[in-house]
Amino acid sequence: MSFVQTAAAVETASPVLQTKALCKAFGGITATDNVTFSLPAGARHALIGPNGAGKTTFVNQLSGVLLPTSGTILLNGVDITNWSVRARSRAGIARTFQINQLYADLTPLQSVLIAINERENAASSWFKPVGVRSDLVDEAAALLARLSLSDVIHARVGSLAYGRQRLLEIAIALAAKPQVLLLDEPAAGVPEGERDQILDVVAALPAHVSLILIEHDMDLVFRFAKTLSVLVNGALFVEGTRDEIANDPRVRQVYLGEEVISNV
Amino acid sequence: MSAIDAKPPAEAAAPPAASGAPAVSPAARLLAGSRWRWYEFAFWGLALGSYFVFPNKLMLISEILILGLLALSIDLTLGYAGLVTLGQGAFFGVGAYAAGLAAKYGAGAGPWSDPLLGLVIAAGAAGLVGFVTSFLVLRGSDLTRLMVTLGVALIVEEIVTQAKSVTGGSDGLQGVMSSNVLGMWSFDLYGKTAFWYVLIVTFVCFWFCRRLVNSPFGLSLLAIKGNPLRARAIGMPVNARLVAIYTISAAIAGLAGGLLTQTTQFASPDMVAFHRSADSLLILIFGGSGHLYGGLIGAVAFRIMQDFIGNITPQYWLFWVGLVLVLLVLFVRNGIVGLMANGWRRLTQKSHEGKNP
Ligand SMILES: Nc1ncnc2c1ncn2[C@@H]1O[C@H](COP(=O)(O)OP(=O)(O)OP(=O)(O)O)[C@@H](O)[C@H]1O
Ligand SMILES: [Mg+2]
Repeated sequence: MSFVQTAAAVETASPVLQTKALCKAFGGITATDNVTFSLPAGARHALIGPNGAGKTTFVNQLSGVLLPTSGTILLNGVDITNWSVRARSRAGIARTFQINQLYADLTPLQSVLIAINERENAASSWFKPVGVRSDLVDEAAALLARLSLSDVIHARVGSLAYGRQRLLEIAIALAAKPQVLLLDEPAAGVPEGERDQILDVVAALPAHVSLILIEHDMDLVFRFAKTLSVLVNGALFVEGTRDEIANDPRVRQVYLGEEVISNV
Repeated sequence: MSAIDAKPPAEAAAPPAASGAPAVSPAARLLAGSRWRWYEFAFWGLALGSYFVFPNKLMLISEILILGLLALSIDLTLGYAGLVTLGQGAFFGVGAYAAGLAAKYGAGAGPWSDPLLGLVIAAGAAGLVGFVTSFLVLRGSDLTRLMVTLGVALIVEEIVTQAKSVTGGSDGLQGVMSSNVLGMWSFDLYGKTAFWYVLIVTFVCFWFCRRLVNSPFGLSLLAIKGNPLRARAIGMPVNARLVAIYTISAAIAGLAGGLLTQTTQFASPDMVAFHRSADSLLILIFGGSGHLYGGLIGAVAFRIMQDFIGNITPQYWLFWVGLVLVLLVLFVRNGIVGLMANGWRRLTQKSHEGKNP
């Protein structure tokens, strides 16, 4: 929690998260190709690119799920390249997964509470039953309410509809009160009507939280993002503001063109 | 804290009155999950009552409780943390010999022969071995864990049989004499003292485990079992938690071993043998893992079955165990406890449907 930015820091827009010459190779495949990237505090940044461009691989390295082949990752100027997933999480990096990573046999309330317990260092308490800290349980319930999951907080996670599982995935990430939130295709597979809700929740996050959104739905991307990076074959193809990217002919050709064609 | 939840939403404040159900706060609902239920009282009441119903079988009942306690220790790792082990017998054996050696050293009269101190020594020794070997099970798949725990158990078994000067080798440890429990009750021939001693120690261990699994720590174990990747991603020290529960589980297994040595006044290589590990895992699967009661109920069922089948066709005992195991695993989720829970749910649902037109 010590890394949480103050409002003053937001204005200076110093980079929260940086990568320098980041490379990741899987055997012969270069999934991340020399990516030097900087995420300003409070960013609303979208990471786009065709399938297999290396978006998930990039986020996996930021969150520590994968270690890079070479290059460095900095959080608030501190080299975190070799930090564990846990250490990064505690330093304020939270993420959602492209493929749901949930506790199928637990309830949404338990799922979120587990994350809150960790954040509050309450999870090593082994004698008093869960629920004694009603403040934490209430916080978990309130968070689930924000994602419209109030009616299923005691249901089995595995029995929830896919769209609601996606929402829970976000709730769990938010429970850590992160400084940087990495959302890997949060709306993929979610029915049209529920996609807006995900966007609303993301939009309602406090300004000092820095966001990276990976998303294929261009409509959603342009509604959410102020800045974008386009990743192609593991390398940063082009970066810029929403308008710059929207009007960039190369992007239209490489990425948006493909999108348009695939939509026909 | 940051201001992510600065704006409490309207939904959160509104009571869930829409459903018409009485409003129970989420925290109260969670707390209710850890409250003692009538069937728990019934279970322990029956265990206590068995003293009066089967006065001639007290040693057998003590042994069943000890077996159940060993299976309960596996439930902590397998049923809650999702760690498969095939070597719990090693910790049982370490505890059995540790308690035996302490009692022998005290020669039945000295302070070292005090049974409660013996249990502490047994749990401590087994917990230490558990702690050291826990680092071997942190990595790898279920298969490597099975192999590693099995390997550790075989090593311990071999050490016990080879270190003749200390353990008595294959002859077993002779001259184990515990002094009186709390200085008052001596272990008698009928097993009366042993029964109460084992029952109370088992209950205290059970109560401890129950607190443990219902706590935030216990919930975090379920998270690790459910999805270790997610658990790490929310900042959970997954390895530290696994080391902790593996050590605790080993200590309880050792305590169970200590109980057996003290009540039988003997420690033999049979107590570290591989079949201990296999039997106790089997008992847990019979009873159902992840409920705490599975081990104890499984132990009762296992012994009754053993007696019953043993009377009819002693040579085919393993055949029947295998058959029941296959049927249980294929057709009943969660063993006997799961079966009973399902039956109860159906019963209560029917009566509910009857009441509500
Ligand atoms: N664990 C892995 N082992 C080997 N190759 C991998 C691994 N993970 C990803 N790759 C490869 O790396 C490349 C980038 O994959 P990645 O999942 O990062 O793409 P993506 O941009 O997230 O794609 P999508 O839009 O389909 O999610 C792909 O060619 C993929 O096959
Ligand atoms: Mg991806």
